[in-house]
Amino acid sequence: MPTTLTAFADVTTSDSALRRFLHGLPGVDAVGLEARAASLGTRSIKTTAKAYAIDLAISMIDLTTLEGADTPGKVRALSAKAVNPDPTDRTTPMTAAVCVYPDMVATAKAALNGADVKVASVATAFPAGRAALPVKLADTRDAVAAGADEIDMVIDRGAFLAGRYLDTYELIKSVKEACVRPDGSAARLKVIFETGELSTYDNIRRASWIGMLAGADFIKTSTGKVGVNATPANTLLMLEAVRDFKEQTGIQIGVKPAGGIRTTKDAIKFLVLVNETVGEDWLSNHWFRFGASSLLNDLLMQRQKLSTGRYSGPDYVTVD
Amino acid sequence: MASVFEYAPAPESRSVVDIAPSYGLFIDGEFTDAADGKVFKTVSPSSEEVLAEVAQAGAADVDRAVKAARKAFEKWSALPGSERAKYLFRIARIIQERSRELAVLETLDNGKPIKETRDADLPLVAAHFFYYAGWADKLDHAGYGANPRPLGVAGQVIPWNFPLLMLAWKIAPALATGNTVVLKPAETTPLSALFFADICRQAGLPKGVVNILTGYGDAGAALVEHPDVNKVAFTGSTAVGKKIARHVAGTDKKVTLELGGKGANIVFDDAPVDQAVEGIVTGIFFNQGQVCCAGSRLLVQESIHDELLHSLKRRLSTLRLGDPLDKNTDIGAINSAEQLARITALADTGEAEGAERWSPACELPSSGYWFAPTLFTNVTQAHIVARDEIFGPVLSVLTFRTPDEAVAKANNSQYGLSAGIWTEKGSRILAVANKLRAGVVWANTFNKFDPTSPFGGYKESGFGREGGRHGLEAYLDV
Repeated sequence: MPTTLTAFADVTTSDSALRRFLHGLPGVDAVGLEARAASLGTRSIKTTAKAYAIDLAISMIDLTTLEGADTPGKVRALSAKAVNPDPTDRTTPMTAAVCVYPDMVATAKAALNGADVKVASVATAFPAGRAALPVKLADTRDAVAAGADEIDMVIDRGAFLAGRYLDTYELIKSVKEACVRPDGSAARLKVIFETGELSTYDNIRRASWIGMLAGADFIKTSTGKVGVNATPANTLLMLEAVRDFKEQTGIQIGVKPAGGIRTTKDAIKFLVLVNETVGEDWLSNHWFRFGASSLLNDLLMQRQKLSTGRYSGPDYVTVD
Repeated sequence: MASVFEYAPAPESRSVVDIAPSYGLFIDGEFTDAADGKVFKTVSPSSEEVLAEVAQAGAADVDRAVKAARKAFEKWSALPGSERAKYLFRIARIIQERSRELAVLETLDNGKPIKETRDADLPLVAAHFFYYAGWADKLDHAGYGANPRPLGVAGQVIPWNFPLLMLAWKIAPALATGNTVVLKPAETTPLSALFFADICRQAGLPKGVVNILTGYGDAGAALVEHPDVNKVAFTGSTAVGKKIARHVAGTDKKVTLELGGKGANIVFDDAPVDQAVEGIVTGIFFNQGQVCCAGSRLLVQESIHDELLHSLKRRLSTLRLGDPLDKNTDIGAINSAEQLARITALADTGEAEGAERWSPACELPSSGYWFAPTLFTNVTQAHIVARDEIFGPVLSVLTFRTPDEAVAKANNSQYGLSAGIWTEKGSRILAVANKLRAGVVWANTFNKFDPTSPFGGYKESGFGREGGRHGLEAYLDV
């Protein structure tokens, strides 16, 4: 299998070439897509499968706090929880990462103290992305310099919706370059499309391809800051995109639904989508993440229920 | 197909349904033995376990049931429509309340996955009764003039693929319009009709309005040929349909036939590919392909053939075949040994004719009747597998180059029940749909049913329409 983008080299040579390519992608029938996502949502995941799914989901969480009111104390508490989600059960897996604003990266990094939990930082004038390119790049470099392992950037939805696809592509490429550290290694780049603002499924498929062609390591649904965030349907569509991209280029790209996933039941539905669309190659936190905060406690309560046979309640998980 | 994320068994509980060891015929509001005392066994196709023993109706029982229906007709047809509606609404609500029980029962007796009986069959059954309940007091406005009259006694013979749903398609419009019925379910799936008889009692439906005769083809023939039956409604094979048509010729019986099909599912190069793949799967593997309107012929534009087949095969590899009561099962059992033999023989014919056969890696259970999802590629119009109705999970893939060729090939069939069109271009949908000789044409979807929509065929797929306002006509003297 090829592991190269050469087959697509010509599609990013000009705005018109990129437009022709994106508009030549197969359309998405909204009713059919949502029906398929809903039908996978009826899978019944019980006992051993549920236990597996809960631990997998915990290990895939980017435990997130993205508030104006974030303080070093809040970030330290979150980091401690990421490393040790359930103080009563040390077999509980760690979350994949903590996700914070750039100015909190150093705090998070210090609090994690070398634990195998990544620090992800939003950047590029998150969440709106309304800033000049040099500002976005400086924002990115700043987070990387502070020790971020991963960068969650936002695309310029305005440019995309105005049809300036090449600008969108170039932005992602520039940010990707800004993720490179002095030693040549690089922070992994997650590209947020804000699917709720792109509004149509055709747009989400096109945005996915722009992101993948530009070098995204992950494509991510949403910031969590608008009305419509991750849904089973838009995540299914993005999974189809990374599946097709890998078949054509050999390059595997991760997917991160974010925002609005609050319950174990929801999380398991997303894992079923992964399992039955792209398969086990994506069933690890290197390739699939949940951007979430309150989800973790529900997973922990369900995990306690499975191991003890009774429901505990919100007082038996930590509030951070 | 072992995956790191292996779904644990998730069986629906069997204890929600209480199947008695034996059942009688339902005549004039009572369960009774057959006149000659004959019985037959009904088995669960997924395990071959005997579920119950059921009375086997003969000509004498048919006569008794028709007499009961005739006797009930006078009062039933004289009821105001609003009163008949009350019974139908009551039946619809009881079906909803007992839907879990009925879904499990249907899955046990038919072999189809619980996912389908729970999410498709039962909701549609209830919807059908609700829909025709709504018509009962509005017949003056159905377009057949003022106060349209019922026909009398309807003799109805239904197949085994959607036992309760086909019963609903037959009984709901018949009762709404003021007819009384004698219905014979298929011999392999008698149980849900008998449970429906119980629902009729629960709803307080007057005696004799609905009579259920379980039995074989001879009972069906006796019912259809009974001189006091005014209306014959049959869903089943084209061969039996032709016999019925010959019989009713020269009588004043009104007849509707819903017969076989060889639906063309046409995928153009501008189709929404991922959804088309889902539609192809739904089209042919829903209910193991035992669907008269199945999209059993895939007509794919040559320019996307390889790409589409690749996606289709990948998707088929994720289908979960096994215990129909498991909530995660996609493909259940074939309904009977006889049907399995027919599917097997036709699939072998396909291979012998030189078509290329493919099935995903899939382990079949050791007991019961099972057939793996199967694709045939390199199929041409001349192949038997492209012409004959297989009524199983077998898809024949053909190609076309232009829209005209797609239409010509789609119409080149003795049948004309269903078709599908997959394209993102709206104008093409309209242009092609107008040229297709098929009773139902689905655009960018397949096997979607709704009680408001008429259903029926062209050519050897039968005549008359069921469902919607059009479905009333079959039961009215108009």
